[in-house]
Amino acid sequence: MSQKKSLPTTIALGVARGGLEIRQFMRQRESVVFTLAFPIILLAIFGSVFKTTLAEGVTFSQYFVAGMIASGLVNTGFQQLAITIPMEREFGSLKRLRGTPMHVASYFIGKSLLVLVSMAIQVVLLLAGGMIFFGVQLPSDPYKWLTFTWLIVLGSAASTALGIAFSSVPKSGRGASAVVSPVVIILQFFSGVFFVFTDLPGWMQQVAAIFPLKWMTQGMRSVFLPDSFALREVAGTWETERTFLILMAWLVAGIFLAIRTFKWSRD
Amino acid sequence: MNVIEVQGLHKTYADTKAVDGIDLTIAQGEIFALLGPNGAGKTTTVEILEGFRKADSGSISVLGFDPSQRGAQSRMWRNRIGIVLQSTADAGDLSVEETISHFAKYYSAPRDVDEVINSVGLDEKRGALIRTLSGGQRRRLDVALGIIGSPELLFLDEPTTGFDPEARRAFWSLIESLRKGGTTILLTTHYLDEAEALADRVAVITRGKILEVSTPTQLGGRATAKARVQWKSDGVMQEEFTDNPTDVVKRLSAQFPGEVPELQVLRPSLEDIYLSMIGEKR
Repeated sequence: MSQKKSLPTTIALGVARGGLEIRQFMRQRESVVFTLAFPIILLAIFGSVFKTTLAEGVTFSQYFVAGMIASGLVNTGFQQLAITIPMEREFGSLKRLRGTPMHVASYFIGKSLLVLVSMAIQVVLLLAGGMIFFGVQLPSDPYKWLTFTWLIVLGSAASTALGIAFSSVPKSGRGASAVVSPVVIILQFFSGVFFVFTDLPGWMQQVAAIFPLKWMTQGMRSVFLPDSFALREVAGTWETERTFLILMAWLVAGIFLAIRTFKWSRD
Repeated sequence: MNVIEVQGLHKTYADTKAVDGIDLTIAQGEIFALLGPNGAGKTTTVEILEGFRKADSGSISVLGFDPSQRGAQSRMWRNRIGIVLQSTADAGDLSVEETISHFAKYYSAPRDVDEVINSVGLDEKRGALIRTLSGGQRRRLDVALGIIGSPELLFLDEPTTGFDPEARRAFWSLIESLRKGGTTILLTTHYLDEAEALADRVAVITRGKILEVSTPTQLGGRATAKARVQWKSDGVMQEEFTDNPTDVVKRLSAQFPGEVPELQVLRPSLEDIYLSMIGEKR
């Protein structure tokens, strides 16, 4: 009988869900264009408006690319999930999943993979566009690429977990974007994505330092800007270890909140 | 063996008693229909049995398991049941075949994907994206997802709402084939003809209580109710209620020279019985 055979593992189903989520995402043309191409459009606008050089070999575009990749982590993970999950909840697709033997962790793994893959595509497009049109330089130091890799992986994971956690906040699928988007935009301004962080008022810097985007942005600057630029950071260094610890803390908090608050249906 | 056993089920929302002391026993292989007006407590009862809601009190056993429990045990339990919810509207960017074969992965012993697609009559739509399906086709996909795990127990919540008559007949024969395979089915429906065609037993619920559990032919004393004989005489419709309609027809055929004008012998339909039952209690 059926119950004697064992169920597929949570991880295997998570990977299967990831594949399904990615396929679904790729078929939604509007969201593909918006998520993947929007950062390049922003880079084009800012790169054309601000032609200043911030330091020796640091164009505004170079500074801005670091910020765009970091905010890509927040957009593709946190923002995207906190908007789409309430819709899935409203449509009843989550309730249907709840009725199957699938473990909730498989659903979370699927979302993480979706975020990681769309992040990877976005980064490739952004860096390629930046190099070709705006003279963005890639780091040559392998250590910087290592930092880059863990920032993307850890950042995506934390952003995913926080997005799932925040998905319980909007009361309806339709209203979700109005609740989530302002949070993200304010965070981007405060965290030095659009402006040089140290030019922001002190209180803004202090508020931003609580949230992960500031640390993601600073981490990405450590990858894309010369080490000499670290002197112009708030602490005078890149604070790489601290960035790692703070993102880890957000990841753990995000997972905890996601598990505690996740709802399969609206009532 | 009983697949579902419920005793003294209660559930209150704020100050509304949604379920007010329900007892229910459903045997293996049975098709059982829950009938009742909107807000009678049907969906709440079913959702408690499906493990979506927690009862305030009462003892519940579904396939020998308490649905409110969580954990690995609960997933093994879900592996043995299938649920077709009232309505699910996915974003619809996957095809019928992709969706069904994905859901097949959730279960330890899924049915064959092609066979399931065929049995719900979606062969021609297997490659179509869900968002291009009609309402009835979507509903058939819902049913396909409910049965893909080869469930021992299937919950069907108003499965044919929005079907045209032809699709409803096709759906009924699908249910018949599941019955032959030994699947136990708990069905809620608004359509009395559906309950009559499919169910071994029906229960009528109003205001959170079960009024009666019976076979569709015997519900509300239907089997023993008087028959109504109708005919036309001198241009006026006549009718007579009788326990012996054959005698009345004999008498009429003697009375009229040829055909008795517009002769009809009517037994109360399940719908007549049902409406009078819930009418009394409103």
